Amino acid sequence: MRKAAEWQLALPLALAFASIFLAPLLMLVGVSFFNDDKITQPGFGQWAKFLGDPFSYKVIADTMLLGVKTVCATVLIGYPLALVYLDASPRVQKVLIFIIVMPLLLSVVVRTFAWIVVLGREGVVNTVLMQIGVISEPLRLLQTELGLVISLTQIEMPLMLLPLISVMSRLDPNMRDASAALGASRWRTLFTVIVPLSMPGLVAGCLLVFASSTTAFISQTVIGGVRLIYLPLLIWQQSLVVFNWPLAAVVSITLLVSVLSVVSALSYLGRRSSGYLHG
Amino acid sequence: MGRRRSFADISYGLVIGGLAVLALFIIVAPVVIVLMTSFTEGRSLKFPPTGFSLQWYEALFDPSKSRQIHRAVSNSLEVAAYSTVFGVLLGSLAALGLSRSRSKLARAADSLFMSPLVLPGLTFGLAALMYFTLIGLRPSIHLIIAGHMIVTVPFILRTTTASLSQLDPALLDSSLSLGASWLYTLRRVTLPLIAPGIFAGAFLAFMASIDNVPVSLFLSTARTDMLPIRMWGMMESTLDPRIAAVSGVLIAAAFLLMLIMEWTVGLTRRMRD
Repeated sequence: MRKAAEWQLALPLALAFASIFLAPLLMLVGVSFFNDDKITQPGFGQWAKFLGDPFSYKVIADTMLLGVKTVCATVLIGYPLALVYLDASPRVQKVLIFIIVMPLLLSVVVRTFAWIVVLGREGVVNTVLMQIGVISEPLRLLQTELGLVISLTQIEMPLMLLPLISVMSRLDPNMRDASAALGASRWRTLFTVIVPLSMPGLVAGCLLVFASSTTAFISQTVIGGVRLIYLPLLIWQQSLVVFNWPLAAVVSITLLVSVLSVVSALSYLGRRSSGYLHG
Repeated sequence: MGRRRSFADISYGLVIGGLAVLALFIIVAPVVIVLMTSFTEGRSLKFPPTGFSLQWYEALFDPSKSRQIHRAVSNSLEVAAYSTVFGVLLGSLAALGLSRSRSKLARAADSLFMSPLVLPGLTFGLAALMYFTLIGLRPSIHLIIAGHMIVTVPFILRTTTASLSQLDPALLDSSLSLGASWLYTLRRVTLPLIAPGIFAGAFLAFMASIDNVPVSLFLSTARTDMLPIRMWGMMESTLDPRIAAVSGVLIAAAFLLMLIMEWTVGLTRRMRD
């Protein structure tokens, strides 16, 4: 076919995106500039109300911190697993990748539910700790931030591991051998050779985990409960419980802007680090 | 010096190995624990489970007791099937149209189509609810299908574009220069070669739709209940032990699907690259 006309094949999808993706997002921005929940009086009232309330900043900060904590925890245990994967024999690698990808095919709701069974009052952790006599009363692990971060670490782990493994398995093994032959310890090789070279994968993983954990509505509400308030819960309350759509629009734009600014800052850093590596 | 290095190597093995084992344990243990509790004889989700019984699976498969769950499952399957079919049609066409173009507009369109992957799903879900309501559409399963198509089509685009970029342009040129029409070349050369890519993308899109929360949360109603939303309801109120049975079924399904995809299109290889 005439090459000039080939791009027209993208038109149907472009049309779908214009009408059911861009138009709704524009309307969301429009709705946020109305003062009342009947959406009749235009104005900046809801923005002023949300941005003038110190509580809003606490919720924004808590949401971002939840993302940061989850990212740190997934890096702390995910990166070593990726290193072990790298050193494993092909057969072990096959098993490992199966274990890593499988949770991705498992509904987030199931993974969240699993943590209720693990962390609940009569859950595994409490049963074991009480039987070996460490505690006499069950600990409250659900509805705490610690419990939520532990759960999200497992729930988001595949998103960290896949980009990491993808980048690491393309590393030239000679680099590590050269580093060892020149007398560097394994730690030194890790921090001066492997970590810098795997930076693009690490950044991509952090980006995905951050974006996913800050917006994980089900996990946040079920494990965090109603006492831990994050932006997604606020959006849900304002839109489907209180029916204040303009305020819900304000909060969801805030969520969008805060997540995307962290994500673009990270990907800028990622691009810079890979540019540095390639000279 | 030699001794210091061996100490470093030992500590490296202990720390890295220990953390990796912890990671594997955290990934696998909850899944195993849920599977075990789903066979409990008791009325609650205590661990360790008391005795062995299939009572929660029986309750789950009982057509009258679990009618709501069954309806949510069939809604979820229907939405996933339709949104994947539309996604494959529109997405693979778009990939064909954009993959060889270097123009700025094509790059912009490509990033637009991929943007649902980074955009918080809740923001789009709420936007879609407001938009459909304010332009006067009633909530229906069609709107959920449309919303799911938008958030799952990036998976299809990504794998299809990847297959197209590995396609040798000489094959297309020789087919065209031998007198085959563009459509014939597409049907007999391009499509068979990129079919595994499309299939892998369709699979990922289908799974993402089944699992989707943010869009369904806003667009589903009591009549068009979706499985993840129903399960969320079952967890929020009284912890219904049938949810362990639902989880058991979903774990088995994920395991089977994973094996099938591995044998047919080499899913993990595709995800690593």
